[in-house]
Amino acid sequence: MNIHEYQSKQILKSYGVAVPEGFHATSVEQAVECAAKLSTSKVVVKAQIHAGGRGKAGGVKVVDNKPEAVREAASNILGKVLVTHQTGPEGKQVNNLLIEQGADIRKEYYLSFVIDRQTARIVMMASTEGGMEIEKVAAETPEKIFKEYIDPAIGLAAFQTNRMAYKLGLPKEAIRPAQKLMSCLYNAFVGKDCSLAEINPMVLTGDNNVMALDAKLNFDDSALFRHPDVVEMRDETEEDPKELEAAAADLNYVNLGGDVACMVNGAGLAMATVDILKYYGGNPANFLDVGGDSNPEKIAKAFSIMLEGGQSKGIFVNIFGGINRCDQVAKGIIEAAKLISEDGKSLPVPVVVRLEGTNSEEGREILKNSPIKNVIMAPTMEGGAETVVKLVKEAEAKG
Amino acid sequence: MGVLINKDTKAIVQGITGKQATFHTKQMVAYGTQIVAGVTPGKAGQFVEAEGKNGEAVKIPVFNTVAEAKEATGANASVIYVPAKFAADSILEAIDAELDVVVCITEHIPVEDMVKVRRYLEGKKTHLIGPNCPGLLTTDEAKLGIIPGYIHKKGHVGIISRSGTLTYEATFQLSNAGIGQTTAVGIGGDPVKGTDFIDALKLFKDDPDTLAVMLIGEIGGNAEEDAAQWIKENMPDKPVAAFISGRQAPPGKRMGHAGAIISGGKGTAADKIKALNAVGIEVAETVAQIGATMVDTLKKHGIYDKCHTC
Repeated sequence: MNIHEYQSKQILKSYGVAVPEGFHATSVEQAVECAAKLSTSKVVVKAQIHAGGRGKAGGVKVVDNKPEAVREAASNILGKVLVTHQTGPEGKQVNNLLIEQGADIRKEYYLSFVIDRQTARIVMMASTEGGMEIEKVAAETPEKIFKEYIDPAIGLAAFQTNRMAYKLGLPKEAIRPAQKLMSCLYNAFVGKDCSLAEINPMVLTGDNNVMALDAKLNFDDSALFRHPDVVEMRDETEEDPKELEAAAADLNYVNLGGDVACMVNGAGLAMATVDILKYYGGNPANFLDVGGDSNPEKIAKAFSIMLEGGQSKGIFVNIFGGINRCDQVAKGIIEAAKLISEDGKSLPVPVVVRLEGTNSEEGREILKNSPIKNVIMAPTMEGGAETVVKLVKEAEAKG
Repeated sequence: MGVLINKDTKAIVQGITGKQATFHTKQMVAYGTQIVAGVTPGKAGQFVEAEGKNGEAVKIPVFNTVAEAKEATGANASVIYVPAKFAADSILEAIDAELDVVVCITEHIPVEDMVKVRRYLEGKKTHLIGPNCPGLLTTDEAKLGIIPGYIHKKGHVGIISRSGTLTYEATFQLSNAGIGQTTAVGIGGDPVKGTDFIDALKLFKDDPDTLAVMLIGEIGGNAEEDAAQWIKENMPDKPVAAFISGRQAPPGKRMGHAGAIISGGKGTAADKIKALNAVGIEVAETVAQIGATMVDTLKKHGIYDKCHTC
């Protein structure tokens, strides 16, 4: 789960991380009021969306701390659709602003905590190349990224923050503030079960202080049960509505934007099904793992999400029955079709079904004898993928 | 033979009185697995009834703790079906009891809990499989977890997979192609787990019955790349065929499994396929070609006849 920068900074502040003073605003007038509470001569008006690259897209403006200047910047940014390298071409509309005091920046750095899969440790990463995309730094100048692996039984040790601060070449006066920021950020990472805590840039100020100028926290979805305060920060307007609807129905769904949908049991097979649709020339609409469930209501929900807004022109159902039985899945499909079709007999787009594994013959038989039109049985997985792609292309040709 | 479990393995089911656990306990016993005890705190004295391979009645005693269950039955393995909130603690308990093999089926264990589990595992004798995995199955001998037994046929190919259904899909295709299997190891879809590809490959390398390995990976992390390098350096005599899912996965999106995410441009299917191909491992073009790819690999290495067992 992701949250906005202003929310991340609220959390970090509660853990003792130095952040610029700032306020959240949702209207231009509110932005002006917020700026009036800040004492600096410059203020920063920052677009709050769940994506990086806001600065380059015109979502961050440094202006004089005067009402008319703030009003102009805020009205320019609020409501605007920002297109960054992380939003996709459709961009994201700005509904929230962060109004923050300007900082006297001497130098920018990068600091983050993530979980390293290989060592199964939390790793602290820092670089002198602040403000840049860290992937780019890692690819071009990996020697400029420093790492400290943290023993979970010990936590982040003072010698590690000390070593990191010196590696970054910080001036003597800034070593202690940098150490404090690192250890407070680590405490926030562990305390809130983050999957990523990233400060880019972390800045050295003119008076040798070190603070988090930007902040990005991502959370481990599996640990949200112990952080109701984080769950409350969720901004659903930042998420794909279909993905939200699917998550509420306990379905693993990712919208891929195309028009050939698929419904699969198991995440690995679901990914592989998206791949095989593409392999046969289709434009995959989604990733969808229905799990081991053959509950008709759940399958009906899956169908209606795939069909919503006319996105899908065909659906490939790819099921390998393990513990869940194909005959149950087949019954689920029929019940689902009854629930979503107007006459109880037809589906709006062709549904190609491949059933294999436990009770697959019974399952096929049930579908063959069902009153539902538009259901096509596929003898093999590759046959099914080819067929659904072909049918969608025919539908497109007809318009 | 095979790896990790066999007909002599004596296993405990942690969380045995849960609905799913009871269901799968019956399946495991029916496959021939020796399930000797169950553990659910507060339920000691109860029994779970099941039916063995030959229709014999099996009564499984329930204990309050893993230590007691081990003491009373001589168990050397366990399989965990405990809810995610409590599962990491159950793993710790099983490691503490010095069991040889611990399989954790539970999905959605917080990653930072697993970081602590991995730290606790250091220097211990336990092989932890999972979490978020389908478990283990040694053909015609034993299974721990949720893998459907009937698709497995005896033979000489080991399977290592990050995905449950793809394990079944691969096994099904191999069996259909007449290629039997030794053991299927479902290592699971989490980013931090007990056993990774290389750990499982090491076991297969030392198993005289396993002549080739099917490796099923997916996007996220670089365990497949590491495995490719390890195979090149350490296992020249046992051919490997592979499949990687997630070629079309968009960056930054979690594809069902907690570990299946391309982050910071790392962990793409393309990188993994390139690394595997670079060391001479053939990667199936589509999921439908997993079986055919293994057949091809076995033929190229001149062991197809030996591996054509069913």
